[in-house]
Parts: sequence; C-alpha cells; structure tokens
Amino acid sequence: MSDHQNDHAADAHGAHDHEHHDTFWTKYVFSQDHKMISKQFLITAIVMGFVAMIMSMIFRLQLGWPDQKFPIIESLIGHWGKGGKLDPNFYLALVTIHGTIMVFFVLTGGLSGTFSNLLIPFQCGARDMASGFLNMLSYWFFFASCLVMTASLFVQSGPASAGWTVYPPLSALPQAIPGSGLGMTLWLVSMVLFIASALLGGINYVVTVLNLRTKGMSMTRLPLTIWAFLITAILGILSFPVLFAAALLLLFDRSFGTSFYLSDIFIGGEPLAHSGGSPVLFQHLFWFLGHPEVYIVLLPALGLASEVIATQARKPIFGYKAMIGSMLVIAFLSFIVWGHHMFITGMNPFLGSVFVFTTLLVAIPSAVKVFNYIATLWKANIVYSPAVLFAIGLVSTFITGGLTGIILGDSALDINIHDNYFVVAHFHIVMGSSAIFGMFAGIYHWFPRMFGRMMNKRLGYLHFWFTIIGVYGVFFPMHFVGLAGVPRRYYANTSYEGFQAVVNINEMISVFALIGGLSQFIFAINFFYSIFRGKRAVQNPWKSSTLEWTAPVQHLHGNWPGEIPTVYRWPYDYSKPGHDDDYIPQTVPLSKTTSSNLPGEE
Amino acid sequence: MIKLLTLIVVALAIIAIVRLVRVLELVNALNDEKEEINEADNKFNAWMMLIFGGVGMFLAAYLTIDYQRLLLPVSATKHGVITDNLLSVSFIIIGIVFFITNILLFYFSFKYRHRVKNKALFYPVNHRLEFIWTIIPTIVLGALIIYGLKVWNNITKPAPKNAMLIEVYGKQFDWLVRYSGGDNTLGKSNFRLITDENPLGVDSNDVTSKDDKISTKELHLPANTPIFFKFHSRDIIHSAYMPHLRTQMNCVPGMTTTFFIEPVITTDSMRLITGNDKFDYILLCNKICGAAHFNMKMKLVIDSPEEFKKWYKTQEYVFQRTAAPATEPAAVKDTTAKQAEATGSHEKPVVAAK
Repeated sequence: MSDHQNDHAADAHGAHDHEHHDTFWTKYVFSQDHKMISKQFLITAIVMGFVAMIMSMIFRLQLGWPDQKFPIIESLIGHWGKGGKLDPNFYLALVTIHGTIMVFFVLTGGLSGTFSNLLIPFQCGARDMASGFLNMLSYWFFFASCLVMTASLFVQSGPASAGWTVYPPLSALPQAIPGSGLGMTLWLVSMVLFIASALLGGINYVVTVLNLRTKGMSMTRLPLTIWAFLITAILGILSFPVLFAAALLLLFDRSFGTSFYLSDIFIGGEPLAHSGGSPVLFQHLFWFLGHPEVYIVLLPALGLASEVIATQARKPIFGYKAMIGSMLVIAFLSFIVWGHHMFITGMNPFLGSVFVFTTLLVAIPSAVKVFNYIATLWKANIVYSPAVLFAIGLVSTFITGGLTGIILGDSALDINIHDNYFVVAHFHIVMGSSAIFGMFAGIYHWFPRMFGRMMNKRLGYLHFWFTIIGVYGVFFPMHFVGLAGVPRRYYANTSYEGFQAVVNINEMISVFALIGGLSQFIFAINFFYSIFRGKRAVQNPWKSSTLEWTAPVQHLHGNWPGEIPTVYRWPYDYSKPGHDDDYIPQTVPLSKTTSSNLPGEE
Repeated sequence: MIKLLTLIVVALAIIAIVRLVRVLELVNALNDEKEEINEADNKFNAWMMLIFGGVGMFLAAYLTIDYQRLLLPVSATKHGVITDNLLSVSFIIIGIVFFITNILLFYFSFKYRHRVKNKALFYPVNHRLEFIWTIIPTIVLGALIIYGLKVWNNITKPAPKNAMLIEVYGKQFDWLVRYSGGDNTLGKSNFRLITDENPLGVDSNDVTSKDDKISTKELHLPANTPIFFKFHSRDIIHSAYMPHLRTQMNCVPGMTTTFFIEPVITTDSMRLITGNDKFDYILLCNKICGAAHFNMKMKLVIDSPEEFKKWYKTQEYVFQRTAAPATEPAAVKDTTAKQAEATGSHEKPVVAAK
C-alpha cells in the first residue's frame, strides 16, 4: 500500500526537481523542507535550553549559598535581584520557567521536533514529510510559543511562578502570587500555541511513517528511532488535547469568572464568589497529559540511543522486537498511571492502589530495555564517538533514575517523599538527564547529516565527561536531601533547624551544577563553530546501515537525486558473520550477500 | 561598578571564545585527518568508562553509608514504622539492581572497545534470555506491589471512632489548628464567616463549636493516642508535611482531606534518641504557595498524655472573645481591619524571611 503512494510521490518530485528555486525566505525562514525545519527546531531549542539552564544556575547560587550576595544576579535579572539577592517571588518564577522550558521547549519541541523531522523522511525513505506546509506551521507555532514565553520574562509583575505544573488556585489568583497576573496569561497563551505545534507535528509524523515508507521498508525493518518517534507522536496526539482543555478552563477561571477549579476561597481579606469547582480536577487533567509527557520526552531519546549504540558498537541491537514491544507497553501504561502524582490529594485509597499497581508495572518493560542495551554492549566492538558516550550515559541515568521510581510509585512511601528533593532528584535523572543525553547523542551523531560537517570530537569528549560528572554530582546526593525531609521549591532551607545538616550538601550540589552548566558552553562553541567551520563530512561517517546515509551530503530537495532506494533487510546487520565489512546497508539485496545470509534469508 | 565588571567579564568571555576558535582552526589545519575516531580515542574513553564507573560506584556506596546520618530519625508514629520497613526493603532491592546493572554497563563499555582485529559478536536475539529477564522483574515487582499495597491498606484503614479529631488549617503563610474539644466534634465552618477574630470561619450558631479550641503557635499531639486529622485550606493548595511523623496530606480549598495517625514518641524521647536536646518536630508546607512558602511552618510537639492535658487547658476557645459582652469598639475595629486588608490586597504579601 505504502509503495504505491511512494511511487507517486517520487514521480511528482522528479517532475519538478529542476524547476525548484528557493529564495532566501523560502529556504531559511518559511521552509517546508524537513531538513531545514529540523535545524530550525534544534537551534531554537538550544537557545531556549541555555536560557533555562542559566536560570537553574541562578537559583542554585541562591540554594547553595543562601546568605551570600551575588552582584552578577543583579546584572542578569535587574530589580528581581536587587543588591545581588534573589527575590523570593522571582525564585519561584525561575523554577517555574526553568521547568516549563526544559520539559516542553527543549525536550519535547527540541527533541521530537528536531529528530522526527530529520529522521522520519530520511530513515523511512521518503522525499519529505506528508505535508510540508503543516510541518512549517508546526515550527512557526513552536517559534511563536517560544517568543510569548520569553516575552513573559519581561512582564513587570514577573513571569508565571506557580511551578511548571501551574496548579490552581495559586495559578488562578494574582492576589496569591504576583506571577499569576499577566505572566500566567502569557504562559497559558504560549502553551496553547505549543500544543497546536505539537499536534500539527505529531499528525504529520504518524502519517509519514505509516504511508510514505519506501519499497521494502516494512514496519519490522524500521529503525528503532522511527518506532520511538511514531509511538511518541501517537502519545502526543492523544494527550496534548487534554492539556489544552485544562489550560482553556484555567483561562476561563482567570478571566471570565467561571469556577471550574475554584471554590470556597478567602484571600486578600475577602471571600471570592467562586463556588463548586475543584482544584483537584485540574491535577487530573494536567497529569493525564503530564505522565504521557514523560514518555514523550523519554522514548525519542531511547530510540536515538538504540540507533547510536547499535551503530557505534558495530553490533545489532539485542532483541529488536522486544524493544518495540516494551516501547508499546510503556506507551500504553503511561495513560493509566497519572494518579501516582496525586496520592496525597485525598484520593480514595482504593483508587490509589490501582495506580500503584499500574505504575510499578512500568518497571518491567523498562527493565527489559535496559537489559537489552547491556546485552548489546556485550562482546561489542565499540567505536567511541561522542554520540555513543552520551547513549551509554543515557542507559546509566535511565537505570539510576528509573529505580527510584519504584519507591515514588509506591503510595505508602510517596507520603513522606512526595514533593520533596527525592522526587526532584528522581525526575531530573530519569527524565531530564536521560532525555538530554539522548538529544546530545542525536546531535553528535546526526550533525554531519544535518550540516554536512563534523563536530570536533575532542570537545565532544570533554563535554560528555564534564556533563555526566555534573549530572551525578548534582542529583545523586539530592536523593538524600529528600530523604532528610527537605521540601522542594523552598527559597531557602534556613527556616527549620533540622535542615542545617544538609547545608553542606546543598553547597556541593551547587558547585557541581555550576560545573555541569558551564561545560555546556563547550558544546555551544563546538556546535556553532562546526556549523560553519567544521571538517567536511563524508557521506556515511559512522559506517551506518540505515537509509539516511545513502543520500548525498548536500541537501537536495527530495533527499535522493534519483529514485528512492529500495530496502532489502532490517537496519541492524552489523558484524554479520561471513561478510567482509562490519556492516551491510539496508539497500544491499540479499542476493549480493550470499556468504553471510542466515537460514531463512535467501 | 558592577555593570562595568559584568561588561569586562563578558568582553573577556568573548575574547576567550574567539581565541579558542582560533586555536581550533590551527589544530584542524595541522592534522589533516577527518574527524575519525582512532585507536587513542577508543582507549581513552574506554578507560574513562572504567574509571568513572569504578569511582562512581565506590562514591555511590560510600555516600549511601555516610549520608545515613542525614536521614530522618526513627518514625514518631505507628504507621511510619511500617512504611519505613517497606522503604528499607525497596532500597535493598533497587540498590542491588543499581550496582549490578551499572557495573555491567561500565565494565562492558570498557572491555569491548573497538580493536581493529576484533569483530563484534552478531547476536541479535535470544528468546530464553529475554524470557528470563522479563520474568524475574515481574516476580520481584509482583512481590513489591503486594507488599506495598498491604502496607497502604493497613495505614489507610478507617480511624477508630474514639480517635481525637484535630483540624489543620493552612493559609498564606501560616498554619492554624483547631481541637474538637470534649464532644470530639468540630463545629461547622464556612469561608464566608472568616474575620480577623474568627480566622477559621467557624459557625458560632453550631453548638458543637462551643468547646472547640484554637492554637496559632504550636501543634501539640498526645502520645499513644489515635489522632484523626482533617485538613483544610482557606486560599490555595497547601500541603501539611510532618516528615518525622511520616505524614503528609494536601490542604485543598473547598475540600476536606484526612489522615489517621498514632504518635508514639514524645518530643522529649526523640531528643534522647537523636542526642540533640534542641530537637523539635515540625509541620511544614510542602506545596508551592507563594513568596513565603519556604517559611510556612509550625512547631509540632508530641507530649505525654498528661503534659498534653496541661497544655490544652491553657489554650483559647475559638469563641472565647465573643463570649465577652459585645461592645461597639470591637465591631468598629473589626470593620476597619477588614477595610485595611481589602485595600492592601493588591500589594505583595509581606515576606517574613527573618
């Protein structure tokens, strides 16, 4: 079925290949080419990522040395840091916007947007996305969303400050916190634009994967990256509309006096008229997106890591079908575990037990994935590119952070660690670090495919080792801060004598945070320098067997100059016994590799 | 001055970046090789994997032992002892998995680095292995789920009828506590009745409110007595977090949430256990609630039942003040206070940081 459509697509493109002329605007700005759109997503996300990272460094200064003044804070954020002292309201704004940017703009828009766009047409063997126009819209909604979020930083009353989860009534009442004024309105507008972008992108990804695969590219010959992007896109399509509903109702409560989330409130010296709403409703709606969102962030990273590990280990990924199966199971379970964010909202204990059951089940497919990665590395022949370092780092953080999920998912244990530093450590390792490691692995690996040049490997190594030391240095000790009972989102831990014991640890965490943060500039220099001055890449620098490396280094409209190559085998024929080379591209027919064919392959 | 310094720092940073780029160019020009990964790179990173894995695992083990001193002391409540056991068992299990999988990961990364003579083993699947490592986690997690749910059912079972009823009430940025008195029933309350004199909005027409007592400074609990908490909030969501009591519950406006506990260790005994004669229990807010969120707390004291009775006698009734003959000035004062609050409502809440 897909083959027919692809033939048409090929013909259509072939016909107007020669008459295609780009102006500056259609090539770099309003581009409908998936390769350019992926670069636009990536660079936007990197810029936003640095903004969010610098925010985290500012509040780590405050948390590490609460009694000290840092003049640099005043020069960075102006009146919010008067005299070098961070304002408590702005501290909350920083943690809120840091979380929002990282989760949505970097790890959702940046990760899926960049790599789904780049790799789906390339690895499926398509001329472009199913709809180039929707794809362009997807980026421009994303860009508008970034602009609105950035603009909210400059609002007089401050940006949204109710935490990235924006629970009402705090996020609904400007009387409660100044950030819930105009800043929060802009946050909601930005989020609505973002959801539009995610949906336009997601529909495009699904349609392209299902319909535009080249001849011979059956679903079981797809690289795991594509499987990950496909499942991620489906998750997004099913869950983002729910966040849209939640945001819309919150906008109504804030601006039009409705009472979806508000009831029985006395604030600012007077009772409010709202009645009959429930703040907990918002949490249900939010986490119905929020939990799948974790896997929207994580699955593409795991997919990229699978591909990078197989290529650089020169070894087929172990248990290809089990990898797909576990991703499908994780995706399915992600829709029925949202309640584990709400064990202590007063939910019925029986309902709580149902969520404990479903939540802990997630550990089984996750464990299978980890064992499969380790089995892939066993007796491998690892070529240490910077990309594979990050991919291996991802497996490590995925283990470390995933395991503590078993504790948080247990409602009886959640009581005492809910919303304290234990959960901060958990999700920063398993979701934040793993996903960003996957993204870095993707950037280093596919940089030559995107820009036709190589990134400097030595700076890459330096970047990785500083980053993983930073990550573990920050988040491993943080578990113990949580177990000591220190709540998250505290401007300072000085209010209770019992927290004196963790002061030293907080200082150490901040030092590692600064090391980790500053080392990202190594990456930035390498990235932007290499775009213009990096060494020219050869067509297949990593000797990879997947389709994207069969296209010429130059970016062509339609990707391949002639016909789209036909696929004859799965993507992981690395180090196949009997074959001279240690890889066989997907485009090599079985008839040409008779010496290495396995029984059943003729 | 500060602006100048910042400018200098930025200028230096730019110069540094430009120099670095220049150095890179020179290095690139010198060695003509493509960015190919060579033997030395593989060796370096493989050894780094071994060193990072080894030192990392050692530090993880060392910190885990060393940081035991930071952990919360033994649970001050009955249910906390049960959950602490579950926590220990869970930590032992995940600890074992953490060390085994991470050690294998880093060791393989070291051992199987690229060597020109070598070829990787073509080993795409082994159904028996996959079956084994699916079934083992399933059994372990099954056991953990059953254990966890048993504990959960145990600690969330309905409180006994005679449990002492206490209301914990959150507002920006402090806690209020209401005791239900001799009838063990809290008088009705309504947020529309809230005034400065009646911060909980208790209904004075409800007879059950007559013996309710209020505490604004400290939360006292009698040891070895079942206690049934009801949680409320007047403005936004707060979370009543008593880490030493292994107790936490959100306080949600328009909703009542509950938690049943039985404290067993008095403040005095805990001072002996921790060897810290200044030790105090604490009630913290653990749901982001505004500028002074980090300072929203209340001292918590667990008394022996006798001491508790003594302390309880000294506490004020909710309607003690209105029990006195109502006078004009009181009413006037009341409205002015209200006006002051109403006009001041658009200003930022005062932060009690010091």
